[in-house]
Amino acid sequence: MKQFVHLTTSLHFVIFALFLLVSNVNVFAAEKEEFNVGEMIMHHIKDAHEWHIAGPEHGGTSIYLPIILHDNGFKVFSSKHFYHGKEIEVPGKDNITYTYMEGVGPAKGYGLYHEEIYKLDKIGTSNGFPVYVMKFQGEHPHNKSPLDLSITKNVASLFAGGLLIIMIMLGVARGYRKNGPVAPTGLAKFIEPLVMVIRDDIAKENIGHGKHHKYVPYLLTIFFFIWINNLLGLIPIFPGGANLTGNITITFFLALCTLIITLLSSNKNYWKHIFATPGVPIALMPIMIPIEIVGIFTKPFALMIRLFANISAGHIIILALISIIFINKNIAWGALSVPMALFISCLEMLVAVLQAYLFALLSALFIGAAVEESHH
Amino acid sequence: MDLVTPDLGLLFWTGLVFCLLLFVLTKFAWKPILNAVNTREQNITDALELAEKTKAEMQALKAENDQILKAARAERDQILKEAKEAANGMIEDAKGKAKDEAAKIVESARQNINSEKAAAMAEIKSHVANLSLEIAEKVVRHELSSDDKQKSLATQLAGEIKMN
Repeated sequence: MKQFVHLTTSLHFVIFALFLLVSNVNVFAAEKEEFNVGEMIMHHIKDAHEWHIAGPEHGGTSIYLPIILHDNGFKVFSSKHFYHGKEIEVPGKDNITYTYMEGVGPAKGYGLYHEEIYKLDKIGTSNGFPVYVMKFQGEHPHNKSPLDLSITKNVASLFAGGLLIIMIMLGVARGYRKNGPVAPTGLAKFIEPLVMVIRDDIAKENIGHGKHHKYVPYLLTIFFFIWINNLLGLIPIFPGGANLTGNITITFFLALCTLIITLLSSNKNYWKHIFATPGVPIALMPIMIPIEIVGIFTKPFALMIRLFANISAGHIIILALISIIFINKNIAWGALSVPMALFISCLEMLVAVLQAYLFALLSALFIGAAVEESHH
Repeated sequence: MDLVTPDLGLLFWTGLVFCLLLFVLTKFAWKPILNAVNTREQNITDALELAEKTKAEMQALKAENDQILKAARAERDQILKEAKEAANGMIEDAKGKAKDEAAKIVESARQNINSEKAAAMAEIKSHVANLSLEIAEKVVRHELSSDDKQKSLATQLAGEIKMN
């Protein structure tokens, strides 16, 4: 195990060094463009319709992911038609220009602004071809967005992560099916203790004996889903590096699942504690009831924010440390920023498992509170 | 702001992938793994229980053996004691018989001795009587050689008879 960790950290170091070299060359090659740390970090943290692998942002190596729009029927085309489309600059107030990409080919009539697809307004024709524009109201486009079901970077990462989890777990399960109830072998040696921690220390401990069985598969799934996707996010090169578990949509969905399971499992005792908290005078009820009702939602809300903030923060810190080199435009700064980024990267590996554990633990705790029987 | 705004498309794919994952993993991974682990745990518990039971049985068996051994020892002691007693009895008997026999022998010897003694005495007596008679004859012959001596003897004898 110790060797494994060693290997992983060395691997991280090598990958960072490579990342550094590749990016460095590109930055100095395209020096005319000012390096904007905040923009670069936000660009990475947020979802995208392409998977940028290497090279400069425009003209580098990217995987153009499919775009799926629902706008009077489904429209499927490559995001290449946006990224290789027309770059349109719209002057705004206070000398700010907004830049959006106008789609070409099958993407005609749509515009991409800050990775969001908008339906452009047709303002007329020129040489028989329709002319579209995006209208801005303040800093946001005035145009409407079609339903965007595209396979974005996060969706692709989600598929990869899901496939990885299924491959690992079905492999482990096959071993059990083949060997029967004997001591675990191979990968099962590593997975089984984790499964046991979820079953015994999280589910049995917090939900209560006899009732925890049906929640164990859910807790196991969220634990491994979050953990493996957290780790994938820490790998700086394709197919890792997407900020999936640091995306509010993912954490929102997971927290929503916990909320729904909590509410569906809740018994009379749970609602009694909300609407008639034992030991609270009747006069305080008008205050207590709203607080308790808000409490139902703040618990999963905290789950959502905790995971989102922790994972996003990890990505931001690592990128910010690497950016030190590009801010100073001197590779010597790598001597400072690479060890620091390596340290944070190792720390993030701990955070990855810690956040997955916490999410599962707190979910179990909330479900446990909902199924708890009255002690009075 | 769009950093903290949930995206509908991603939400759809997340829901789809997560629900599929939950279904596939529950059916094909968690259930087999948990079942195998539960069965193994049950097996271990059973094995431990069996071991405990066997241990108790062994102990009971050992106690029984000890009991049997103890009884056997007591029996042996009893047999030995009885044998000793029988031997002692036999010795005592033999001793008694020997004593009786000895006593009988001694008695018969005594009787023999007595009868021999009586015979010897009788013989001695007849001897002594004969000797006495001879002696008396000689004495009388000598004493009666003169009249005086005859007279004094007669007197003396007469005197003796009176004293009797």
